[in-house]
Amino acid sequence: MKTDVGMPSFPAAARVATKDTQLRANLTRATHTIRDKRAKAVAELEDWAELREAGKQIKDHTLRHLDRYLIQLEKAVTAAGGHVHWAGDAAEANRIVADLVKATGETEVVKVKSMATQEIGLNEALAAEGITAYETDLAELIVQLGDDRPSHILVPAIHRNRTEIREIFRTKMAAWGRPAPENLTDTPADLAEAARLHLREKFLRAKVAVSGANFMIADTGTLVVLESEGNGRMCLTLPETLISVVGIEKIIPTWQDLEVFLQLLPRSSTAERMNPYTSMWTGASDGDGPSEFHLVLLDNGRTDTLADEVGRQALRCIRCSACLNVCPVYERAGGHAYGSAYPGPIGAILSPQLRGTASEIDASLPYASTLCGACYEVCPVAIDIPEVLVHLRERVVENEPGHKAERAAMKAATYAMTHPAAYRAAEAVAIKTRKLQPKKKLPIGPAKAWTDSRDLPELPKQTFRQWWKETHR
Amino acid sequence: MRIALFVTCVNDVAFPGTGIAAVRVLERLGVEVDFPEAQTCCGQMQYNTGYPAEARPLAEKFARDFRGYEAIVVPSGSCGAFIRDIHPRLSAAAEPPPVYELTEFLLDVLKTEDVGAYFPHRVAYHPTCHSSRLLKLGDRPTRLLSRVEGLELVELPGAEECCGFGGTFSVKNPDVSAAMGADKVAHAVASGAEFLVAADNSCLMHIGGTARRAAAPIKTLHLAEVLAATKEKA
Repeated sequence: MKTDVGMPSFPAAARVATKDTQLRANLTRATHTIRDKRAKAVAELEDWAELREAGKQIKDHTLRHLDRYLIQLEKAVTAAGGHVHWAGDAAEANRIVADLVKATGETEVVKVKSMATQEIGLNEALAAEGITAYETDLAELIVQLGDDRPSHILVPAIHRNRTEIREIFRTKMAAWGRPAPENLTDTPADLAEAARLHLREKFLRAKVAVSGANFMIADTGTLVVLESEGNGRMCLTLPETLISVVGIEKIIPTWQDLEVFLQLLPRSSTAERMNPYTSMWTGASDGDGPSEFHLVLLDNGRTDTLADEVGRQALRCIRCSACLNVCPVYERAGGHAYGSAYPGPIGAILSPQLRGTASEIDASLPYASTLCGACYEVCPVAIDIPEVLVHLRERVVENEPGHKAERAAMKAATYAMTHPAAYRAAEAVAIKTRKLQPKKKLPIGPAKAWTDSRDLPELPKQTFRQWWKETHR
Repeated sequence: MRIALFVTCVNDVAFPGTGIAAVRVLERLGVEVDFPEAQTCCGQMQYNTGYPAEARPLAEKFARDFRGYEAIVVPSGSCGAFIRDIHPRLSAAAEPPPVYELTEFLLDVLKTEDVGAYFPHRVAYHPTCHSSRLLKLGDRPTRLLSRVEGLELVELPGAEECCGFGGTFSVKNPDVSAAMGADKVAHAVASGAEFLVAADNSCLMHIGGTARRAAAPIKTLHLAEVLAATKEKA
């Protein structure tokens, strides 16, 4: 599968995507459908605002005492027969998983859809060690077979239509296992059946599974996965060894806290009252599911994110993708432009924090928003994404080169705005030269960026200030 | 009642008609309007682009310029929200007097729905993001518009969707901004309105500039100018 290394800046990637009319039509239809369904599912609950506040507070409380809850979780998982591993970064997590798989003597694993393993590029790392990882979520399978990248948190193949999916199945399935049936059509039922048949042999053969988790309950050491297709349930129960890679922020203190999130997540994510499959497991047990269980706790920038008083709220995220589905920028640019496993508004605040702002893509992500606030409005754990975006812009202009001219312009603007004589002079020049100012197609810089698609307004003969002097003094 | 008008820097230079309209509406309703002439800019552009240190002196200056007034009226949802929400967080010396966006002042303070306006045109209202999501103006603008004589209010498809302006977003991400602007213009045209009306001229500058370039049959106008229009002026 392709990776996000060396991605161009967001505006450069978005320039290509906005010209792809098919992609835009696919995304508009898909995001608007799920957006409307979510609104209905949320409106059913009279206490949504209270649930949202509870979700926020549980997450904030847990993050504030993360050290304590992580130790509690480790003890509980160990007591239940599981093994806990600590991974500081992606490379360490990948190393741990590869070694665990090798110790079983197996060379293939089945995978439950997992954002954490996308984040660390686990499939590519395992491939380099001679281990094949099979994605079993339908959309992840489409992405994997197509040698593609996911473009949505919940619907990774949202950028593909069914004609493309049929073509991918027809030409690529054979190289990965059972080929697609002869005369495969592009009806959803046919495509799903092809995937079922292809995946079934993987489930029955696999000795090792790799998953993430939506939640980890510190109290009992229980892990929780929510899913729709049942592929997760297969992976979590059939193999002998289960390895779960989970971000340290996925912890919640007790089962009672889970009640809140089992309401918030499905309604925000798939717009369902309840998701079809909720799997929960505690450690390992003989004769009932995997007999070996390993939990790899992943930091990979989360502790650094936690240290930032404004930015840390991004760690509340439960990966529902409601923010993607309402984001007008995501809808036009598509998920690939975000250059990360985490696209959309949440990705724009998560990636630059987890990875830092040194790369071109990460330095551009905080600007990939009009600050319209639609994301904050739907976030089930009330992450004020616009607030974090603005905060990260400050970090970018302080730490990264390339903002000298902008800083000078901002300083000059503030100087003029705090010195009334300078302000009046600038105003007078603007008005006096108004007839000389072109309105269309300027050659360079921000003026070009504006006038490529828009006329500039013609300045009036008189400022408001001048009118006021003439009429009110 | 005596209030101070914060006209905003964009309106002062590029859209003085909006400031003049705000003064006319308020004076028509018996409000004594003052214009503190030292006023310049609220600093939102600097702040939202990542330069809070450059925004801070402007927030403090704003508080100095408007000290002592009972109320400030702003014909801009975006600037109004920035002053109300962010200024106090930028500096202890930047706590302004109560700030009202124009429609808030008319409805919440003056308790006036009918401002005596006459505007015989078909109008669609675009709830700009900051006026609806930050200020939560709700139905205030459309309540005022629906009482304007001769005005036919039509529904704007996808009204709650951002127009794509976003301050410096419009030049840092010009392609996405243009794509959003084009969709907003298409919706405005589809509404059948002659005028697209909103509470923020910065958004209207983007939508209007996009419409003019595409020669789309829709004009943009600030809400204050609709509320100021009368039979005598028509």
